[in-house]
Parts: sequence; C-alpha cells; structure tokens
Amino acid sequence: MNNFFHTLMTRQDMIQSAFLEHIYLSFVAVAIGIAIALPTGIIIARYRRYAEPVIGVTAVFQTIPSLALFGFLVPILGIGSNTALIALIIYALLPILRNTYTGITGVDSSTIEAGRGMGMTRTQILRQIELPLALPFIMAGIRTATVLTVGIATLATFVGAGGLGDIIYRGLQSYNNALVLAGALPVALLAIGFDMVLKWIEKRTTPKGLKI
Amino acid sequence: MIRFENVTKRFPDGTEALKDVSLVMPAHQLTVIIGPSGCGKTTLMKMINKLEKPSNGKIYIDEQPITDLDEVQLRRSIGYVIQRIGLFPHMTIADNASLVPKLLGWPKEKKDARIRELLELTGLSPDTYMERYPLELSGGQQQRVGVVRALAGDPNIVLMDEPFSALDPISREQLQDELRNLQQTIHKTIVFVTHDMDEALKIADTIIVMKEGQVEQVGTPQQLIDEPANEFVRNFIGIERIRQKRAFGDKKLKEFIHLFDTEWQGEAQTIPADSTINEAFHQLEKNPSHRLAVTAGDRVIGYASGRDLLKAALLKEEEVAQ
Repeated sequence: MNNFFHTLMTRQDMIQSAFLEHIYLSFVAVAIGIAIALPTGIIIARYRRYAEPVIGVTAVFQTIPSLALFGFLVPILGIGSNTALIALIIYALLPILRNTYTGITGVDSSTIEAGRGMGMTRTQILRQIELPLALPFIMAGIRTATVLTVGIATLATFVGAGGLGDIIYRGLQSYNNALVLAGALPVALLAIGFDMVLKWIEKRTTPKGLKI
Repeated sequence: MIRFENVTKRFPDGTEALKDVSLVMPAHQLTVIIGPSGCGKTTLMKMINKLEKPSNGKIYIDEQPITDLDEVQLRRSIGYVIQRIGLFPHMTIADNASLVPKLLGWPKEKKDARIRELLELTGLSPDTYMERYPLELSGGQQQRVGVVRALAGDPNIVLMDEPFSALDPISREQLQDELRNLQQTIHKTIVFVTHDMDEALKIADTIIVMKEGQVEQVGTPQQLIDEPANEFVRNFIGIERIRQKRAFGDKKLKEFIHLFDTEWQGEAQTIPADSTINEAFHQLEKNPSHRLAVTAGDRVIGYASGRDLLKAALLKEEEVAQ
C-alpha cells in the first residue's frame, strides 16, 4: 500500500498527463460516436427496412476483439491517436445507435397518430414527440457507450496514443503491481465519474410527465 | 357538409375496404358511422383528414374537393379524437390541449383563454388540471382532454374514432352525455365512429350503418328503429330493441314524466299526458327541433324532446317500473 502511494507521488506528472490523454480520447470518441450514431438512429427509425442491416454492421464491429481491431487498423492508418479514436468510435456506435432506434420506435403509435391527425409535420413529430420521449433511452445508450469507451481506451497505448493504458502497460512490463494499480484505478474512477455525470443528465432530461 | 362521391379504397393486398361509397354527412350534425369490425368505418372516417387516401372517387368538404387542400393545413382545421386517447405524456394538459392553436400560431392569451373555456365546458377545472400531466389523470379525464385538444383550434369538423370504447362503462356513459350536451352548445360537424349501437342511438343525429365496405342504411335513430332497410340492419340494431320500442309505442306519456325536463325556454307544442308515445313522435315529426309540453289539465308537467321519447322507448321494462 505504501508502495502504491509512493508510486502515485513519484509518478504524479506522468499519471496526470496520461489521465488527461485518456479523458481526451474517451470524450472525443464518444462525441463523434454520438454525432454519427444519433442521426443514423433517427434515419433508420424512419426507414425501418434499413434498420436491421445497419444495426447488424455495427454489431459485427462490436464482436471484433478490441485488441485485434487496434491491430487491424495500424497497417492501414499507422500509429497515433487518430487510429485509437477510430477504433473507439466504432465501439461507441452500437449502444447509441441501437438505443436511439429502440427509443424512437418504442414511442406509442397512438401518440404519433394523434400528432399526425392534428396536422403536425414529420419534423414536428420527430422534434416535439419522438425525440423527447426517446431521450431517456438515448441517454442510457450514451452512458453505456461512454463506460465502454473509457475501458477500451486503455488499449490505445498499443497504437501509441497514450492514455492510462501506458501506465498499466509499463507496470506490467516491469512487474510493478503498484504502477498497474496507479493506472487501473483512475480508469475505474473515470468510468464511474462519467457514468454519474451522465446519469444526472439523464435524470434531468427525462420529461417530467414520464416520472409519474 | 362532407360529401363522399363513389369512393373506393383498395389496400395493396387487394382487399377492398370501401366499395363505391357515396354519402353526405350534414353540417353541424353528429353523424355516427357504425358497423361490425372490418366494415371500413374507420377507413371511411380517416379519409376525411387524409390519413387514408381513396383509390377511386372524390371527397368534398363544403363542396371543395379535399385533393385541392394541403394535408397538414387540412388536418389542423379538423379536430381528431382517437380511441387510445394519444395524449403526449411529456407535455402538461395545457400544452397537450393547446397543440393545434400553437401549430396555427395563435397568440398566447387567445390560446390560454380558449383552453380554459374548453376545460370548463368539459368539467375539468382549469386551475387544477392545466399544469398536470396526462399520466396523473384517469382514463375518462384523459379523454376529456382529448376532446378539448380536438376542439382547441376551433375546427368546423371533428372526427372521433371510437373515442369512448376504451373507457369503463360509467365514464363512457358520462362522456356520451357530455358530448351530447356539448354539441348543443358548439354545433360542430361531428363524425363519430363506433361499433356500439346503444352509443349510436344515444348520441347520433344521423346514423350510417356499414357492412363489408358498403353503406347499408343512412337515417336518424328513429328511422333505423322504425324502418330498418334490411335484415342486416334489423339484426344489428337488435330485434329485442325494436320489439321493446314497438310495445312501448302504445304506452302513455305520463308514465315517463320523470325523464322529461321541467323547464324549457324554446318553442314547444302542447300534448295531453294521456297521449301515447307513438302519437307524441308523430306530432314531433313535423318540427323536430321543438319540444312537447306535456299537459295534465291546464298544467304543464314536463317538456319532452324527441330524444327523451326515444330514451323512454329504449328503456328496459324494469327500469321504467322503478
């Protein structure tokens, strides 16, 4: 235990910069993941015959072991943080995409029919009915994707993108358990922290009328 | 007035939901479309606000073909109440009800005043309910909001698709009565779809009976009972109901005094309490909007409308005895 604190103190700078790199990788990957998966989810919810193939493709990505995916990408994209980001984005897609799709298609059809019958346009129905009602699902998808990404981002070290994986890997190589812990513990804290923040946002965005 | 001209609806799988239907739904009246499930009644109604499009034929609203009208604008000008209520759970009652005025771009004061007025009319106190959410309300209250929402944009036409069938029997009866009373104030052109003959007889000015995509008979509740066009209509109304009504025709008005109003401001014709129900109907036929002032000696003991008489005729024996 003393050894662990000692490691924390002496390697403080290294841990800190790895921590920031880790946050950067996870945050950017999830943000881009949302930017891709959210509109795609909305589109496949409208054109449902494309839903299965599109979700299928992202599901196949998900089944590729993460280490292998990083390995595949290196010959194509070289090493560096962009390679790591692309791999992380690919993993973030499925939860967001699937939850967006499920959330929107799960909105009670009578609500949609009422909206249509009263003369709402498709865009109005999407923005005023479907998205607000699907928001709790979408947020849950984003939470899953975030926690997943924070975990997988530890592998970014193998493509030279840094992050807390660097510390863990260094610890493993030198049989230094304290160093491994000094890398792994912040990863866990980061995942929990992100999850709590997003849970709070999820609660705030759940329409009041649905909490009854 | 809504007019259907040789309207046919064929679905992609080849089934014909409507077969060459031509009919008129008079303005400012409550028209009920009734028939067994699958008879095309809902399809017929949904064509009015273009939720369904005819395969052949034309539909006119006030002699204007609806194909000329933009569907979004058209729907905003027509009230719509559906069976499963379909309130938006994430919006307050006020937001739900004021949706169409908002789409129409009404100023806030006009919108609020309108919603308050309508909530009052349907027996929901605005101060209590406006800021609440649909899931906090009972089914009957929710559907009242559904009716308010349909009326909010002050449409001339209101479409109601089995609006009360998902409610419990007590709420259903209440809402039927309220709709009837409401209609006497608002005089909208209401098209009401149902499969319940009791409901139809109770609320309709005109009933359209449908079977397998065709119209079997169009008439007032009275006409349907007195002169069913064919065996199907007769069975659909119910032999029992017709028999009861016939037998009751010979009963005297004074047996039903408790069903009549004690006060009436409008026009009325006098009739002695010893007259039979049939005689009363006969006298009313010439002026259906009048009431009958039922007299015993010189004194008026009740005012009867045609609807009251019909109600009397449809009451079960034991209910009268009480």
